[in-house]
Amino acid sequence: MSSTLKPQDLKVVGSRPLRPDGVDKVTGRARYGADVNLSGQLIGKVLRSPHAHARILAIDTSLAEALPGVKAVVTRDDFPDMPEEYAAAGELTINYRDVTRNMMAREKVLYDGHPVAAVAAISESIARQALALIKVDYEVLPHVIDVREAMRPDAPLLHEAQYTEGISPRPDRPSNIAKRIEFSRGDVAAGFARAEVIVEREFNTQPVHQGYIEPQACLASTTEDGQAELWTSTQGHFVFRAQCAKLLAMEVSRIRVTPTEIGGGFGGKNNIYNEPLAIALSRKSHRPVKMVMSREEVFRATGPTSGGNVKVKLGATKDGRITAAQAELNFQAGAYPGSSVAPASMCAFTRYDLDNVRVIGHDVTCNRPKVAAYRAPGAPIAAFAVESVIDEMAAKLAIDPLEFRLKNAAREGTQTYYGPKFGTIGYVETLEAARAHPHYRAPLGPNQGRGVATGFWFNIGGETSASVNINEDGTVALMHGTLDVAGGSRAAMAMMVAEELGIAYEHVRPIVGDTAALGFNFITAGSRGTFAGGMACVAAARQAIERLRHRVAAIREVPVEAVAWQDGCARPAEGSAHQFAPMSLAEIGRVAGRTGGTIAGHAEINAQGAGPGFGTHIVDVEVDRETGAIRVLRYTVVQDVGRAIHPAYVEGQLQGGAVQGIGWALNEEYVYGADGVLQNPGFLDYRIPVASDLPFIDTVIVEVPNPRHPYGVRGCGEVPIIAPLAAIANAVAQAIGIRFFDLPLSPPRVLRAIAEAAGGPA
Amino acid sequence: MARHHVKATVNGDAVEFLCETGQTLLEALRDELHLTGTKEGCGTGDCGACSVMLDGRLVCSCLVLGVEAEGRSIETIEGMAVGEELHPLQQKFLEHAALQCGICTPGILIAARALLERNPDPTESEVRFWLAGNLCRCTGYHKIVEAVLAAAREMRAA
Amino acid sequence: MARISLSSSLAPFTGGETAIELDVANVRQLFAALGERYPELASQLETELAVAIDGEIYQDALLQAIADESEVFVFPKIAGG
Repeated sequence: MSSTLKPQDLKVVGSRPLRPDGVDKVTGRARYGADVNLSGQLIGKVLRSPHAHARILAIDTSLAEALPGVKAVVTRDDFPDMPEEYAAAGELTINYRDVTRNMMAREKVLYDGHPVAAVAAISESIARQALALIKVDYEVLPHVIDVREAMRPDAPLLHEAQYTEGISPRPDRPSNIAKRIEFSRGDVAAGFARAEVIVEREFNTQPVHQGYIEPQACLASTTEDGQAELWTSTQGHFVFRAQCAKLLAMEVSRIRVTPTEIGGGFGGKNNIYNEPLAIALSRKSHRPVKMVMSREEVFRATGPTSGGNVKVKLGATKDGRITAAQAELNFQAGAYPGSSVAPASMCAFTRYDLDNVRVIGHDVTCNRPKVAAYRAPGAPIAAFAVESVIDEMAAKLAIDPLEFRLKNAAREGTQTYYGPKFGTIGYVETLEAARAHPHYRAPLGPNQGRGVATGFWFNIGGETSASVNINEDGTVALMHGTLDVAGGSRAAMAMMVAEELGIAYEHVRPIVGDTAALGFNFITAGSRGTFAGGMACVAAARQAIERLRHRVAAIREVPVEAVAWQDGCARPAEGSAHQFAPMSLAEIGRVAGRTGGTIAGHAEINAQGAGPGFGTHIVDVEVDRETGAIRVLRYTVVQDVGRAIHPAYVEGQLQGGAVQGIGWALNEEYVYGADGVLQNPGFLDYRIPVASDLPFIDTVIVEVPNPRHPYGVRGCGEVPIIAPLAAIANAVAQAIGIRFFDLPLSPPRVLRAIAEAAGGPA
Repeated sequence: MARHHVKATVNGDAVEFLCETGQTLLEALRDELHLTGTKEGCGTGDCGACSVMLDGRLVCSCLVLGVEAEGRSIETIEGMAVGEELHPLQQKFLEHAALQCGICTPGILIAARALLERNPDPTESEVRFWLAGNLCRCTGYHKIVEAVLAAAREMRAA
Repeated sequence: MARISLSSSLAPFTGGETAIELDVANVRQLFAALGERYPELASQLETELAVAIDGEIYQDALLQAIADESEVFVFPKIAGG
């Protein structure tokens, strides 16, 4: 699908209209997962394991079931066991054998917070009392959490039948290393032999959570003839429908999922948690069941990102050409296999044009919640390590860090080490824009330093369905299934449809359709919302235009070729012999019913052609040597987004993603006790950035259009989180001359390092 | 469990509701009065999504018991717009794209209005520190601070 | 014949072979041929792998045509968060 519209021809795309869900959100009217209620509803609550690792010997729910007010209790016995079966669930392929166990433990509990049973009662307080009455016999087992410890041959084993995949011949001992993956190109040994400077470092990052402010919430209502309705806060209602159908052994058509507004997801709401439990409880109790997680449950039991151990070795010649690059990435998968170590391995060095590369990744199970996707899954961890080493290398070579990257930058035609050659990309453009930015030359004071780093993400397309209906007054109903998970993509899609039809944005009303209203839509993740959603909406609009032309041709009794569509009207085509009175959308809409029926267009596609995104970040920090606090003084995000349909929403993605990366670098981490129990399951001690931590975030939107999208869109949501970790570590190295290899850079760690550097005690 | 009968004023209207001893004002607003505009993000007073005004004072409604509302006046997001007229803060949030998912928005608007009522001409720093108790994960706070400063400017000019 | 390159990460499943030529007209046929030739690769093919055909990436596009003399690269799929 192509477009020949030049920026100056665009009337709607590129402007900044107000988003259609905005008024609802500033007045409190918008309905999120916890805001939906049905009469007669019960409150569902989950009993969770207090142990990091234990065998379940017995579960006795009899006292809970007998408590007045309790209407249903479910355990593993209420859910069918699943064989090994893989399905694409967004960020990572999921294995249903593991999904059902993560949803509700069967043989073992594998993390503090692992669901063991669930109840539905007439009030929350009765539900809590019921949980306390459920007796579970555990045989507590030794646990392991740190990724390096979990990789050791003598580590406590989570899965007795797990043998490392990707090793030939197959190992004969089970291991917590679920999978080994290796990418290589050229000859790294020869490349390092040629190098005149080598830098080799090891890095460690702690697990972090997506930190969405809205806890997971859902409401399920079933009928005696086996239908289920589900309202839930999700990034993908069709995927949730599929997962629920599978886990409950139901036909897909019997489940109707209505997505509510979502209070943040960032990848953490790509997968079900309570939803099948709510449906099962509703079936058993014959009443609607509402389940809302507490913040503590969100931290203890939903999927965070991996903690990682990354080793990087880089070799270069004195004139600044990288001759070899090598990395080993060891990622926590959590209780079940399937971390983002594969995409992280694939994007570790991809910003650079390299002949000799070797990247090895290990996916490692350990006793914490199964990891979920978090905005460019895995990439920030890999980039923290690689971009830090790049920075150190540049300093050793006495080459400006942006120059060093430019000397080695990937461009159109660069062969990647994991797969294809790059098509049109904008990495160099972002580096040059950063270099030209006044931020890069601004003066710095004592204990202040500047760092740069870059990020890359593939971006995806995927299954997308949309429909465009012309109303009887000529306004347009746009129904789309690509959920607007915050970015304002519904506005962007309406803008593209308005542009296609040649009408005002205000006349296109975008609505999110439930699973019964449209064909399949993949989760909104992978920076695909505006890209794929837009592609489907444009295709639907173009089909509607074709039908409008045919209808007008019939009404005006002219051949179809004589009818052109322009500025919201059907007009005589240029140079056509057949003249006729033009018809506006309103005029056509008025007679549509009597001339054959409503005119609509729809599209069901698997959007291909997602364009990779690149970003370059500059950050200035100041380190307080007395407290160890790091203050972000100035931050600039430069990113190639292909085309900014709505610049303000693109800026919002750049700013929001950068700040999540800043939190990841400075303060966020899971803290576990010696017993494997999470000690900071709340926002007080899991410290995300607050308004007073930050300056304004400058954004520079670079547009190198993606030739495979009708409007050149690349998708922009994920790239901004990738660079901040290394950018900040690089800035701190400049500020106080100490380079950090472990995150987060929290004040106690910084103080300890400053003391050690000064030769004194910690 | 016996429930208490509470009488209070919410957004200028006299209301009554029943609540258990341990239920919070947040739960009473959402589950008994069906005013779901005020959100629960954490339940422990750390995120500010449940911010309301209680007798003119900015509080986290998850840290106030339902029974404590007896005889007192509460203002929630539902009362911020007056008829069809959005409050300048609400309008500026829309114009400046100061919301993305919007879950923190009601709490931030209530908190920002409380700031501007006390300090009609805050500096950027004063806005940031006042709002430090309201967590936002989507926006990075940039457009929120811009919108608050813009609303303050407009309200001073009025 | 199309020239097929397999990502180095797939080498453990193909006995080290990463460059072959195949006579296939679309992605589905490509996966079927690869599955026959490398049984250990079979389980991953339709669900875990993407292809680039003459530089353009396709994911979950089994009917995408592969022309004679096309350059095809097979590599792990990407998702997102």
